[in-house]
Amino acid sequence: MLAVWQAIVVFFEMPAFILPSPVDVFDRLIERHSILLKHSWVTAQEIMLGLLFGVSLGLLFALQMLLFKPVKRWLLPLLIASQAIPVFAIAPVLMLWLGYGIASKIVMAALIIFFPITTCCYDGLRSTPVGYLDLAKTMGASKRQMLRHIQLPAALPALASGVRVAVVIAPIGAVAGEWVGSSAGLGYLMLQANARMMIDEMFAALFILSVLSITLYFVADWLLKKMIPWEM
Amino acid sequence: MGRSITSLVVTVMSANPAAPVSQSSAIRIAISDGYLRYHDSQAATLTGLNIEVPAGAWTCILGRSGCGKSSLLRYLANLLHDKVDWSGELTTEPHCDLQHHIAYMAQQDLLMPWLSVLDNVMLSTKLSRAPRSTAIRDSQLAQARELLHQVGLADKADYLPQQLSGGMRQRVALARTLMQDKPVVLMDEPFSALDAVSRYRLQNLAFELLQAKTVVLITHDPQEAIRLASRLYIMQGRPASAESLLLPLSQVPRAIDAECAGLQQTIMTRLALDYE
Repeated sequence: MLAVWQAIVVFFEMPAFILPSPVDVFDRLIERHSILLKHSWVTAQEIMLGLLFGVSLGLLFALQMLLFKPVKRWLLPLLIASQAIPVFAIAPVLMLWLGYGIASKIVMAALIIFFPITTCCYDGLRSTPVGYLDLAKTMGASKRQMLRHIQLPAALPALASGVRVAVVIAPIGAVAGEWVGSSAGLGYLMLQANARMMIDEMFAALFILSVLSITLYFVADWLLKKMIPWEM
Repeated sequence: MGRSITSLVVTVMSANPAAPVSQSSAIRIAISDGYLRYHDSQAATLTGLNIEVPAGAWTCILGRSGCGKSSLLRYLANLLHDKVDWSGELTTEPHCDLQHHIAYMAQQDLLMPWLSVLDNVMLSTKLSRAPRSTAIRDSQLAQARELLHQVGLADKADYLPQQLSGGMRQRVALARTLMQDKPVVLMDEPFSALDAVSRYRLQNLAFELLQAKTVVLITHDPQEAIRLASRLYIMQGRPASAESLLLPLSQVPRAIDAECAGLQQTIMTRLALDYE
């Protein structure tokens, strides 16, 4: 694929400010590695903290919805509203409230993954096999023991699929936040590079971002498989 | 064999000092004129039901699938209390609250896939409300290992359920049931999903290990019922009621001889009428 890319650039004599050749991008990657690395670290932090924040919040919401039926009635519209309004639209408000630092990006990432996590987790908690619950009941389990020993572990595979979706879309939230307003991060770097027609640098940042996302996905997948060995 | 079983029962019981006295004595159950209807249904499921479950023996209840025999068992296990209307008399002797004295074994093994075989056997200790000291926990652990040994799975203690065959999984479920050490064991077709030989072996094993208990076994397999039952009921009709059947005098678990085969044929003919 890289060869095709290189061939297209050479053959059509593409100007570097429209489509840089992979060799150019690679050169830029080496040349500016310290700056790229610095900004990647910022974005990585935003993604990780956003994930942490979003997953815990989703888990908490799902539990509330399971345990208190009335809560579900007013949480659900809130949940859907949080998805109906595009994050891009809320982004400027978040910048205003939380500043240009990483806090607003963490909230963006958390906001974007919060919905899949909550729904997956809630579905998992709700669909515990009836037989498991019956067995626990005949053993005299209390509601709390039932949740702790039966419902929560039984929901883990469902939560895991939520997390798999989340690790893929969390970077979108973080980078979108950086685009709207920031002073650091890969999104910021891309925006700057674009404005200065340094398209090769933009591609270099893009390349790092995709490597970051893919690595994140496979690490998460591996970890989840380790932690939930009974899931097929 | 008889001696080793008695000594097992004694160790199992002494390992559970917190248990009330009634745990150690077998319970007799009697239902007279039982009536059961699900809240979301117009028609009754059971009516005019008279069943006598003798203490310390196997009572088998036969019937086609969907006849209401599982409903009866689930009612006895107190799993239906908010879903059905019940009338009729349910007496236990000695008098007790049945729901605290039963162990339940279903058609599916219901092993928790996230727990090791050993932890599955110990599930009831995790879910009991009694506080546990280290000493009690150690004795429970030893007891669970002993039970796994009894069902022939001592070397599989650290496996996950998914690594075992269907027959092995149901044997783990049997060990889990024994671990609960309740005087009444309710079984809902626990052997029906197994192949013929595994089923035969598991029936013998269960019979051997559950000797001192009052067992109610629901099944749709006449041969299984005839082999194991000290008392046999057949459930028929809509709504269903139960009728007691005479059994051969031979000792349980019975070998299938000519008399048993004859009875099996009679039952088959009667059950077949239900399918028309």
